[in-house]
Amino acid sequence: MNFKHSYFYSIFWPRLKRNNLALAGGAVVLALFAVSLFAPLISPYDPNGINAWKVLSPPSWQHWFGTDELGRDVLSRIMFGARISLKVGFVAVGIAVSIGTVVGLLSGYYRGLVDATLMRFVDIMLCFPAFFLILAVITFLEPSIWYIMMVIGLTGWMGVARLVRAETLSIRGMDYILAARCIGCSNTRIIFRHILPNAISPVLVAATLGVAGAILTESALSFLGIGVQPPTPSWGNILTSGKDYIEFAWWLSLFPGLSILVTVLAYNLLGEGIRDALDPRVKR
Amino acid sequence: MTRYLLKRILMLIPLMFGITLITFSVIHLAPGEPVEMQMAMNPKVGKEARERLTKFYGLDKPLHEQYFSWVGKLARLDLGRSFSSDGRPVADKIKERLPVTISLNVIALILEFGLAIPIGILAATRRDTWLDKGITVFVFVGFAVPTFWLALLLMYFFGVKLGWLPISGLHTLGSDSWGTLHYLWDMAKHLIMPVMVASFGSLAGLSRYMRSAMLNVISQDYITTARAKGLPERVVIYKHALRNALLPLITLLGFSIPGLIGGSVIFETIYAIPGMGQLFYQGVMSRDYPVVMGILVIGAFLTLLGNMIADICYAFADPRIRHGEV
Amino acid sequence: MRNATGGSLLLILLCSLLLPACSTSDSPQPSVKRSATSIPVTGDSLVEGTIGEASTLIPILASDASSHAVAGQVYNGLVKYDKNLNITGDLAESYDISPDGLNITFHLRRGVKWHDGAPFTARDVLYTYRVTVDPKTPTAYAEDFKQVNNISAPDDHTVKVVYGIPFAPALASWGMNILPAHLLEGQDITKSPLARQPVGTGPYRFKEWVAGQKIVLEANSEYFEGRPYIDRYIYRIIPDTSTMYMELKAGAIDLMGLTPVQYARQTNNKSFTSLFNKYRFPSSSYLYMGYNLRHPLFGDKRIRQAMTAAINKDELIQGVLFGMGQKAHGPIVPGRWAYNPNVKDIAYNPQHASELLAQAGWKEKNNDGILVKDGKPFQFTILTNQGNQQRLMTAQIIQQRLRQVGIDVKIRVVEWAAFLKEFVNKGNFEVVLLAWSISQDPDMYDIWHSSKTNPGELNFIGYKNPEVDRLLVSGRNTFDIQKRKQAYFRIQDILAEEQPYTFLYVPDALPVVSARIRGVEPAPAGIGYNQIKWYVPKNEQVYVP
Repeated sequence: MNFKHSYFYSIFWPRLKRNNLALAGGAVVLALFAVSLFAPLISPYDPNGINAWKVLSPPSWQHWFGTDELGRDVLSRIMFGARISLKVGFVAVGIAVSIGTVVGLLSGYYRGLVDATLMRFVDIMLCFPAFFLILAVITFLEPSIWYIMMVIGLTGWMGVARLVRAETLSIRGMDYILAARCIGCSNTRIIFRHILPNAISPVLVAATLGVAGAILTESALSFLGIGVQPPTPSWGNILTSGKDYIEFAWWLSLFPGLSILVTVLAYNLLGEGIRDALDPRVKR
Repeated sequence: MTRYLLKRILMLIPLMFGITLITFSVIHLAPGEPVEMQMAMNPKVGKEARERLTKFYGLDKPLHEQYFSWVGKLARLDLGRSFSSDGRPVADKIKERLPVTISLNVIALILEFGLAIPIGILAATRRDTWLDKGITVFVFVGFAVPTFWLALLLMYFFGVKLGWLPISGLHTLGSDSWGTLHYLWDMAKHLIMPVMVASFGSLAGLSRYMRSAMLNVISQDYITTARAKGLPERVVIYKHALRNALLPLITLLGFSIPGLIGGSVIFETIYAIPGMGQLFYQGVMSRDYPVVMGILVIGAFLTLLGNMIADICYAFADPRIRHGEV
Repeated sequence: MRNATGGSLLLILLCSLLLPACSTSDSPQPSVKRSATSIPVTGDSLVEGTIGEASTLIPILASDASSHAVAGQVYNGLVKYDKNLNITGDLAESYDISPDGLNITFHLRRGVKWHDGAPFTARDVLYTYRVTVDPKTPTAYAEDFKQVNNISAPDDHTVKVVYGIPFAPALASWGMNILPAHLLEGQDITKSPLARQPVGTGPYRFKEWVAGQKIVLEANSEYFEGRPYIDRYIYRIIPDTSTMYMELKAGAIDLMGLTPVQYARQTNNKSFTSLFNKYRFPSSSYLYMGYNLRHPLFGDKRIRQAMTAAINKDELIQGVLFGMGQKAHGPIVPGRWAYNPNVKDIAYNPQHASELLAQAGWKEKNNDGILVKDGKPFQFTILTNQGNQQRLMTAQIIQQRLRQVGIDVKIRVVEWAAFLKEFVNKGNFEVVLLAWSISQDPDMYDIWHSSKTNPGELNFIGYKNPEVDRLLVSGRNTFDIQKRKQAYFRIQDILAEEQPYTFLYVPDALPVVSARIRGVEPAPAGIGYNQIKWYVPKNEQVYVP
């Protein structure tokens, strides 16, 4: 643990600090956490408060981001939408990362038949356009937020599995693993105590990028009408409701669109930055 | 080399088997059987639909028998008949839409690689400069912008405001009577926006990959050697580094197929392009199970094929495999 | 656009895309008046945008608006509605009705040819009748023909229809599209190639169908009412509504239905009104929220009444329709002769709603403010069809209003075919949000009679009321307008009391037509009735070969 700390302060953080794009991304991500955490406190209106006599009014002092097609305050909906969109991102990625890590660890550690079987399964899953699977499963079940998160997760773990497997393969031959085995550590202990902590860095990067991907997938599902269902606001469904008014009620698509754009961009820049900072090959 | 090829082709068999298995389970994933699904309130209904399904998939039989009879039909390319009221064979429906999606995706792929490679090299050679950062932000914006929003914005500006490009569809009405060149030019104009939208999103992944592959190669000893020999930087980059950095990109080619096909649902719907993505979406929404299963299987097989071709190309390009060392 | 007047009812999918016959005495208001001074000439094409692709062009098999729209151009019925909504001959040159109303004799037009050149005869009429009532034919339009006792063809150009008892909608029911017997007889109609390549008698003949892109029809130069001026009628399939609107603005589409927002807020600028003519008239359809009466929750009348009291219809019309519509109080649209102006509908009153709910045993609320009875929260799902933004908005406003009285509502949007197949036909729903497109005749036996509650039939909410059953029968089995009026007035009173539906609103139809197309003359029947007379002046023609 000590080693990790010193690594963080001596190498990782100084490297990340020099990458101002990644820092900007990190700042946006933090700001978003704050917004979604405090949405009920800081949002000016009830996000579901319908007002039929005030539909599609442009941005004003009362409604900074205007109102939507049902007279709801767009700013409040975007703030609450941040919660939903981030939730979708994190839960989906959580599922993907857990499955991917376990599969990768097992595959890389045991090799042989286990590895072959699991990796062929990964190959098979990679042949399906993930979006097709997501579309089919969600429609056949029910477009609820839980299914959406689950299915995005279940179709997105393969990349992580490959990364972890590669890491595991290289780690398992190292001396300290041999040592652990010699003193009689169980396989489970070796895998989870000794290999996992050292194979986790690529997962961190994949997870960061995965959150961004899940937010985008949700918005695509919303466009097709099977994303997060009304009245719950998600950035995807706010943007979708604004698409019919792109030219005259521009605020209804611009603000959710920018929210998605900026957030996804921020996660990507942060993820890239972390990757670069962790990459031992990159000489400075 | 022959051994490698043989091994690669034999590997297809278990993979195809797995693909059919997953497709089959997607249909059986819904709570209860597809025909029983959501009939809680009125059990004696939907008889006709149930019988049709039951007959085609043999749903009254045990699971493994169902599966094998379906795979048997699949092997004869019998994908069943669509449940929509036209009742046409699914194979016909896919056949008439496949060419559009494939050609669109091939064009998008070419554009994508054509842009991503130079962009990646530029970013790698000008590493950490403002140019590198600008490129990074640009390609990530492409990835981060929701496809349908970008598509609509482009449509509005280029189609409605400026009137430079047609808005949707593949042809202008009446273009059939024009000369070949004019006809093709018209079609090309229709394809500009969808292809742009389709490839912009994937630019980030590819160009970043190219950048890091390039950086990786540049840090190798033989590049240092080449530089030490006093070779001009241009030769070092384009003759020595580039060739090696390009190799892994071939595999990526195969992997970008499913992403493109998946994305086609969105832009085919927006741009009213009658391809597989649109068909699949309609099939899913109307619970047209034979269409859904057909497209899932065909799509996955095509990806598999694409991957295999990419792998074989890689094998030919990589001297270590070519000479049978691996 | 020539709506199938045949089946007494047509489930409507996208009311915004239909240009339904108009029903009231108000005369429709075109936004721009253009005098048609030039002389009609042939040429050019008319392009209509459609969200869904037609499924089959054999109209008796189709349940979607896109299919019926195309079929309406290709086929004819024996009779049709004219511009003032009076029944007039179509394929029948004339008809005689016996004084007791039980016998109708149709004298068919002579010299009418099918698009393949074969002559149109009484045989085609007999075939259409037989195939429609054949139980093996999967059609939703058999009911009216089942009233026929006997049908015969004394000669090639006469058809005699005999009814056992008076049947008021009898004549109108022969507006059903007549199918070509020489191509269909002895074949399985569900497997016929005519589904993709129809052969009719109508003003336009089928030319080509490019899957997922367009359906092209060509003017029938031998049409019995004269060749349509416009050479081609093209349906372009554009699945996304935003795209379609942009295509309209770019001039690539000549005709579509506008949404209320587009009509009220987006199309008032000069650049739009100089290129397009907008029209507005009440549609002959109403939107409703239908309760599944087999569901324990909705068996109780008080609960249904409470729902209606909790919904503010004015708010719906304002928010969703920008005021372009009227409140619905029952199954008859205001303005029709059978409309009961004194019907006592339940007014918006959330207080009253809460009282009714309390009477039904829903008194306590849980921490989320949702009513609870026997430990179960009051929640249900409103099901509606995909592709209709107005319905989704309506559902969301209703959701919000019901939430305020303590009812937790979910919304689920399902594609049309699946909506019918998986949910409506199977009785597998709690509440649906749907619209009925209604015919001129007030007969509504199919929707409300207790014998029509089987799977696939139109009384899918399972409404059973012996008095309504009796009134429905007496209303259709007489030609006496006063007696009919009495029956339908009473039905409206009963439905207003029982609230098996919450009747929401009658939207206005908002079609828009390219200004280069002349001869569009709005009438009580809407704009589509004289479409073969539409033309484009030579110097404005766009699609010139």
